[in-house]
Amino acid sequence: MNAPILPEGTPDPQLAGILKLAIMAVGGQGGGVLTNWVEAVARASGYAVQATSVAGVAQRTGATIYYLEMAPLGPKAPVFSLLPAAGDVDVLVAAEMMEAGRAILRGFVTPDRTTLIASSHRALAVSEKTVPGDGIANSGEVRAAAGVAARRQVIFDMERIAVAHRTVISASLFGALAGSGALPFPRAAFEAAIRADGRGAEASLAAFAEAFAIATTGGADAPAPAAAAPAAARGATGPRRQLAEWQALVARAAALPAPVAALAEPGLRKVVDFQDTAYGAEYLDRLGAILARDSAVQGWRLAREAAKYLANAMAYDDVIRVADQKTRPARFARIGREMGAGEAQLLHLTEFLHPRAEELVRLLPARLGARLAANPARMRQIDRLFNRGRRLRSDRVWPFLQLWLLAGLRRWRRGNLRHAEEMAHLDRWLATALGHLPADYDLAVEVIRMRRLIKGYSDTHARGQSKYDRVMDGVALVAGRDDAADWARRLREAALRDEKGETLDGALKTIRSFA
Amino acid sequence: MAERSFAKEVQKLRLGEGETFTGEGILAITKALLECGVGYVGGYQGAPISHLMDVLADAQDILGELGVRFEANASEAAATAMLAASVHYPIRGAVTYKGPVGVNVGSDALANLASSGVNGGALIIVGEDYGEGSSIMQERSHAFAMKSQVWLMDPRPSLPAIVKAVEQGFELSEASNSPVMLTVRIRSCHVTGTFTTRANRRPAMTVADALANPQSDFIRVVLPPMSFVQEQDKVKNRWPAALEFIRERGLNERFGPTSAPVGIVLQGGMYNGVIRALQRLGLADLYGESRIPLFVLNVTYPLVPEEFLTFCEGKDAVLVVEEGQPEFLEQAFGAMLYKAGATVALHGKDIFPMAGEYTGQVMLDAVAGFLRRCAPGYLPAQRLAPNAEQPPIPDLSRTVPIRPPGFCTGCPERPIFAALKLAQGELGKHQITGDIGCHLFACLPPFEIGGATMGYGLGPASNAAFDGGGEKRAISILGDGGFWHNGLSSSIGNMVFNKSDSLTVIVDNYYSAATGGQDVLSSRAENATKSTKHPITAALRGVGVEWVRQIDRTYDVPKMLATIREALTTDYAGPKVIVASSECMLNRQRRERPLRNQAIRDGRRVEAPRFGVDEALCTGDHACMRLSGCPSLSLKTLDDPLRDDPVAAIDQSCVGCGNCGEVADAAVLCPSFYRADVVHNPGRWERARARLSAAVIGWLQARRARARLDLTGDAA
Repeated sequence: MNAPILPEGTPDPQLAGILKLAIMAVGGQGGGVLTNWVEAVARASGYAVQATSVAGVAQRTGATIYYLEMAPLGPKAPVFSLLPAAGDVDVLVAAEMMEAGRAILRGFVTPDRTTLIASSHRALAVSEKTVPGDGIANSGEVRAAAGVAARRQVIFDMERIAVAHRTVISASLFGALAGSGALPFPRAAFEAAIRADGRGAEASLAAFAEAFAIATTGGADAPAPAAAAPAAARGATGPRRQLAEWQALVARAAALPAPVAALAEPGLRKVVDFQDTAYGAEYLDRLGAILARDSAVQGWRLAREAAKYLANAMAYDDVIRVADQKTRPARFARIGREMGAGEAQLLHLTEFLHPRAEELVRLLPARLGARLAANPARMRQIDRLFNRGRRLRSDRVWPFLQLWLLAGLRRWRRGNLRHAEEMAHLDRWLATALGHLPADYDLAVEVIRMRRLIKGYSDTHARGQSKYDRVMDGVALVAGRDDAADWARRLREAALRDEKGETLDGALKTIRSFA
Repeated sequence: MAERSFAKEVQKLRLGEGETFTGEGILAITKALLECGVGYVGGYQGAPISHLMDVLADAQDILGELGVRFEANASEAAATAMLAASVHYPIRGAVTYKGPVGVNVGSDALANLASSGVNGGALIIVGEDYGEGSSIMQERSHAFAMKSQVWLMDPRPSLPAIVKAVEQGFELSEASNSPVMLTVRIRSCHVTGTFTTRANRRPAMTVADALANPQSDFIRVVLPPMSFVQEQDKVKNRWPAALEFIRERGLNERFGPTSAPVGIVLQGGMYNGVIRALQRLGLADLYGESRIPLFVLNVTYPLVPEEFLTFCEGKDAVLVVEEGQPEFLEQAFGAMLYKAGATVALHGKDIFPMAGEYTGQVMLDAVAGFLRRCAPGYLPAQRLAPNAEQPPIPDLSRTVPIRPPGFCTGCPERPIFAALKLAQGELGKHQITGDIGCHLFACLPPFEIGGATMGYGLGPASNAAFDGGGEKRAISILGDGGFWHNGLSSSIGNMVFNKSDSLTVIVDNYYSAATGGQDVLSSRAENATKSTKHPITAALRGVGVEWVRQIDRTYDVPKMLATIREALTTDYAGPKVIVASSECMLNRQRRERPLRNQAIRDGRRVEAPRFGVDEALCTGDHACMRLSGCPSLSLKTLDDPLRDDPVAAIDQSCVGCGNCGEVADAAVLCPSFYRADVVHNPGRWERARARLSAAVIGWLQARRARARLDLTGDAA
């Protein structure tokens, strides 16, 4: 190489004075406001500053980025970059946990220089919400990555603070930024920027102050509000005789092996709440029968899963349960609280119900209901009469009374068609599971867990049923193989991946290719 | 009313001689136009240049005082055509639009304008929408400049440089009788900074003066044989005049040492990025003083061969920094060097990637790569042989979900697409084309409606091949913005004339919403300077559409669904158009929320709706999500060991649009949704009635509670 020998380049020491700050947010979170505030603070503090954004349609609820550079005023205007570069960001503000993840992914958070200021709350992306199962991305992975990637991190729930003060997250992010000490400006300068903005300044300042305090004291989440007392510990009230029966049932559940009891107690609560203590006794009887075939060697896994899914299966979602839940006194109080309706306000409640012939006929005594359900002409007739969207103002007497009367059908529930169908399905399901038990304990456990697939109302419920049936067909194909339980688990996960069950069909195709 | 108001900021346009302007690039450009004595301004909105239109609209008082005419043009073609005023009259005119889509639309007028040539300075400010944040296909406006002989400026992205470029642009245009395009990239439009202002100037000749003394000259008309003369004029007179002006006035800039073995040639817009790369390599200081010679092209078309060849003299290698493709500059430079018999090595896209934005990392890698290859002595040792091992950062690429833009909370377009999705559930998948606008988000999950988009106002036209109909009718989407931009003639007129058997759904949200909520002809707002409230249905009937359905509340999903069903199954064979109208929620909230809060404070009766979910009833199947995607409808994980899947939850940002309830009804989803209307300042009669209802309901509840166990623990 015959290139000229030149003295090695050494960066201008003044360059270290440039502070580079990127804000990653979701459109609508007030990233622009935050950017303006930061710019105002820097300008007022004798800094040259430049801010940029990519305003436009990409900001509509999508991931977006704002970028600022600042340096102490000098003899000339510094040349700032208009966009952040990987490995060259001093402060990264993320207005949401996955946006913090995106910042790390893009290389904007590096161990040598970056202070990461992030709100730990989640604003879920559409792709996370539409999954029929649990599609929520893992914040823990982002936290773990932040621990490695950031030089310093200030991560706590800033959205909660903003909501508590009835303002937008930009205010609490600004407070956390100020409290982190990452910018060389005093607190008063930050607050002055908010005040200068005028509108909503009081609420913003309150959120700012709370976030500032948390950030200065290490920036960890405040301890989560004490979790609701475990179900079993919560008291029960009611008529004395029922209370006594309830206590006896609780004692029975408590006497089960510990891992089973942990789920049998909430399970029992759910079925008794759904129907009555007799139904609770039936739940424990069924569970007892399964337990008798389980063993401590297996860690009671079968009975434990059965305690959970049996409760869910027995407390199925019928019209009576809907009406019952909608008419409970605690519900009205809770909604009022959540909606911020105080003494001075009134609360109107509108329920959206759409009962079809299928649901109505299933309220009838099993024999009569079955006869009607088998007659398409009759069903069409009933549909014509009843099938339409109903909006019930449940804060008014008459609509409430309709719901209240429907809920009262609980007394006759065990004789109706829906119950008969649910019990028949339940028996088949348990029989299938227990049928696998002698040969393949793990497969039996997996079949118990298949109950998770059945959920929703009307069409969604039907789709769940169909997925359940397809999965069970698949299970029958793999039964007897060493890896049958593993395939069963995979089938269930595939079924929860998308609405129509396309992933499931793919998995079934694979199974058919070898089974 | 636009989404963002510049009413306060436009006062900065009044700054006089020698004052300091502090603010955004867009506003600085507007100020520069006034300082240059512009006679008329116009354009069509679209990011990143939307705010320039908003600024102009909010600055009409100031423009009026100076005798400057502002026109919110119907399209970019209309905007460019307006520059015809500068063909004969010595009036400076400026229009603005998004590039390259705006240039596409404006190109008919642009080609004519360029052929005719101009007398007054004609400036087109193009917001070059390329790279991160862009909402369009990735192309360059550069090609249009080349084909029509329009000069292209690409100034350094700092306020003083942009302001200077506006003035130079007008002068260049006048010196060479050619229109000039001034491109500013996304971030340059929104970059903040300061510059020293000059006094605003009244145009020497106003449009009113011109109108009083009309001129015409057939030599300017694009007709043979004048068109041949015009082409010769372009190359023999206008082009050399432009080169002369660029060289004489030093429009392009040289920085750094005069002699060095290597140099960098760059588009002005790339300047800050190149300096940052050099700063990181220790080759430039805080103020951009570079140790590598830089040749900054503030004018990227036409290129001045002498300037480039002079820069290359004595150098071994030169790097061309040119964002986007094809590499027009590099090709031109290659030809110049070849013809001059030069031996300097020319680098560019061999080191830089051919496509994509020149981000910080790309720039650093490329500049370092160039120096490593051509002048390694410049590089710090650690760059030549990096040995510091960085700790591996966990890969989050499978964790972090993509987050493309989508419909806002309460968007009135959501229920339209929920209904379309339900209609397809009933009648099968249909051939659907989209258009430009927020409604294009429907092509993304959860709706996935529409498989192609061909341009603004061209949704129905994109279905023309299917106009003959068949087993299932083709469906197209068109927004109100697109309808008035181009859709009425190119799409609707086309449907009527060709007896189309298709369905068009016009999404009417009262604004050109995607570009920032500017008014259009059918806007419902009172606008002091524009004529609004022209119904779309009247225009449809006027061009001969007979099957028209107007829906005044898009949130009525059952009605929406029934209307779509009717359109897809009716015996009527001609074009069918559904106009679905509800106001853009973003704008509506911005307008109504302050009024509502004031009303509550004033003690007036106000109902504030919000939706909620009974979590005990939600089974976690997320069927509602697949018909919504609303940011306020989210999920929460319950503290219940019996539940596997998170349940639906609605947060405080809900505006109570009604979509959740409507969809639950129309799709027969689930009964867990409820609407809660908090009534502020209720009347005395209403309050008494509510008390009575509550008493009866309370009695019924107590009666049942006495007879059953309460295990919830919150009975008290």
